[in-house]
Amino acid sequence: MTFGFRWKHLVVASTIALGALTAAPVASLADEQFFPLQSYRVGPYAAGGSGFFGGFIDYLNLINIRDGGVNGVKLTWDEGETQYEVERGVEVYERLKSHPGVAAWNPLSVGIAYAMIDRITQDKTPLITINHGRTDSTDGRVFPYVFPLLLNPYSETSGIVNYIAGQVGGLDKLKGKKIVVLYHGSPYGKETIPIYELLAQKYGFEVQQIEVPHPGVEQQSQWLTIRRAKPDYVVLRGWGVMNPVALKTAAKVGFPVDHIVGNVWSNSEEDVLPAGDAAIGYTAITTQASGQNYPIVQEIVKTVYGAGKGNLEDKNRIGSVYHNLGIVNGILNVEAVRIAQEKFGHRTLTGDEVRWGFEHLQLDPAHVEKLGAKDLFHSINVTWDNHEGDGYVTFQRWDGKKWNVVSDWIAPDWALLRPIIEKSSEAYAKEKGVTIRTSEATPVVN
Amino acid sequence: MGDFDLSFFIEVLVGGLLSGVMYALVAIGFVLIYKTSGVLNFAQGPLLLFAALTYVSLIERGIAAPLALVLVFAAMALIGIAIERTVLTPLANRPPITLFMATLGLAYVVEGSAQLLWGGQVHALDLGVSDTPFDVYGVFVSRFDLFAAGVAGLMVAALIAFFQFTRVGLSFRAAAADPYAAGAIGLRLHAILATAWIAAGFVALVAGLLWGARLGVQFSLSLVVLKALPVLVLGGFDSILGAIVGGLIVGASEKLAEVYIGPFFGGGIEIWFAYVVALVFLLVRPAGLFGRVQVERV
Repeated sequence: MTFGFRWKHLVVASTIALGALTAAPVASLADEQFFPLQSYRVGPYAAGGSGFFGGFIDYLNLINIRDGGVNGVKLTWDEGETQYEVERGVEVYERLKSHPGVAAWNPLSVGIAYAMIDRITQDKTPLITINHGRTDSTDGRVFPYVFPLLLNPYSETSGIVNYIAGQVGGLDKLKGKKIVVLYHGSPYGKETIPIYELLAQKYGFEVQQIEVPHPGVEQQSQWLTIRRAKPDYVVLRGWGVMNPVALKTAAKVGFPVDHIVGNVWSNSEEDVLPAGDAAIGYTAITTQASGQNYPIVQEIVKTVYGAGKGNLEDKNRIGSVYHNLGIVNGILNVEAVRIAQEKFGHRTLTGDEVRWGFEHLQLDPAHVEKLGAKDLFHSINVTWDNHEGDGYVTFQRWDGKKWNVVSDWIAPDWALLRPIIEKSSEAYAKEKGVTIRTSEATPVVN
Repeated sequence: MGDFDLSFFIEVLVGGLLSGVMYALVAIGFVLIYKTSGVLNFAQGPLLLFAALTYVSLIERGIAAPLALVLVFAAMALIGIAIERTVLTPLANRPPITLFMATLGLAYVVEGSAQLLWGGQVHALDLGVSDTPFDVYGVFVSRFDLFAAGVAGLMVAALIAFFQFTRVGLSFRAAAADPYAAGAIGLRLHAILATAWIAAGFVALVAGLLWGARLGVQFSLSLVVLKALPVLVLGGFDSILGAIVGGLIVGASEKLAEVYIGPFFGGGIEIWFAYVVALVFLLVRPAGLFGRVQVERV
């Protein structure tokens, strides 16, 4: 074999490879919608990450296998491991943002989401922060590309207070009651401090807010303080290891577990299982029910896991809180794409077009039932200026083996919260020089 | 603050002291390595995670608890020997900061291996000891914390007896006092170091099980080292007794501070208050309460 012969081969091979590289994006643009996933399957929050991203991928897989994609547009994704670290999340963003056909970002991390807001706004791609994120991003006038779908922290607070009111006999019976909020010592944990104060003032209950320093492996002093305060209820606004430690320490100081109400990040199996018997009777808020008794979950089991394409290694985790949250997140993303396709055509959409889809994501209970998700979640009604979409909440109680729903769907007090949200978002707009939208027309990015 | 409630004060104090014992359990693992090789082993937390995760994973696979304990101890011994052979021996006579950085890297390797091997799920660990409190003249005391204190007491007694009354223990002390002289008189330093790592692995296993029963066996277990560091500064890096006394002081002071001073700062002060206490001790007594004062000729 001569050098010249090898050289010719090299030129031919390079030409073919170059052709393939340049042709690939065009092909994928034609019929693929891409979901970049900043997942975390190792590190301290791996259990939540693997459940959520597992559920999300399972749903995308279902749409591809069952329907051949959304109107023929195949759904694709790629994962970048973040370990829940902001720097890694941003690095994954920079790495994947150039992929053709990016639909939306779904980091499931407050820190990563905060770090991405300016970037995704410039790049005109939606950022989905289901059940979390900054509360004022609900205001689509100021945050056109951010969507805290279903539940923002203020709505969560209102939902919890409404639930406690139901337990004591009505909102008027809250007067004179005492509620302690035990919160994680982080921006996430502190986000609801003012709204608890406001609701306490409005309804006449006393509130005491106690911080647990991160990560929360020791809470003896906080729970002794709680026992001395003799509250009627404790709201647990925890994260990660803080949750089981809170439940165990509550038992250790003799505080009744059935008077502890967990927030949306204290509501998973991972939060209660390590606490053992101390968690039996514990109640927590959720936007989506857990379990496999929903047509869409059963279809995923049959179609996706039946085809050997399920994302969870441990099939016992199918239907867990995080897995079902991932499925609901998948439904919302896919339906936003579907809605946008009806306006812009059955093709690969730009991020800005998918943003339009999210701003018209209106699924009433009948539509949710048609999707096979009746009772899995209630409904959503996103508009150009309301990016949360008025999600309903429900409450579930741990019986030692599984969560059981113990309430109806409850509506937070959105009318009360909206002016507070707008005040905050308008202050943000002023600080950042953001032009406030006045209609659903395509936002101007400064 | 209202009227002073003595029984509440005692309850906070007792709770703090018992928490301090848990911190000391972790700190003792650091002490064993530092005592023999002068290395602050940053991998002690991940070793603790590895031990607990391996134990609970074996139990979940139907292996009986006593056999699982033996298997995990054997695994920890192998890891200890491997660390000595592949990390510490090649870096012998390097500056302490090099060895410290090596253990820092080791921490990530052990953490990653634990999750790679057993997954990232959260596991419950039931040691069969209830965490319900009992009432002693109006003061609630946790059964589990008392059990942990008993285990810690037994372990410290065993370690002190080992160092004071056995030939291997004597070799340890000789190697710690002067490794060159110990080598010159024929002591096998490699074997001593490997034994120290095995002992630290055993301590990691005990601490991992007790902390795992309290937190659940999960990645955050490796973060309990944050609780051990002020204990080491306070008690001295090379004293087992110091680790216990340091743990008690840190546990009691941080709890009392959180309850009585915390409200003036908006709460959440205990995590840094422990370090403030440690820093104050560091300024007054740099070697810690029980640490060996080293004088070097320059």
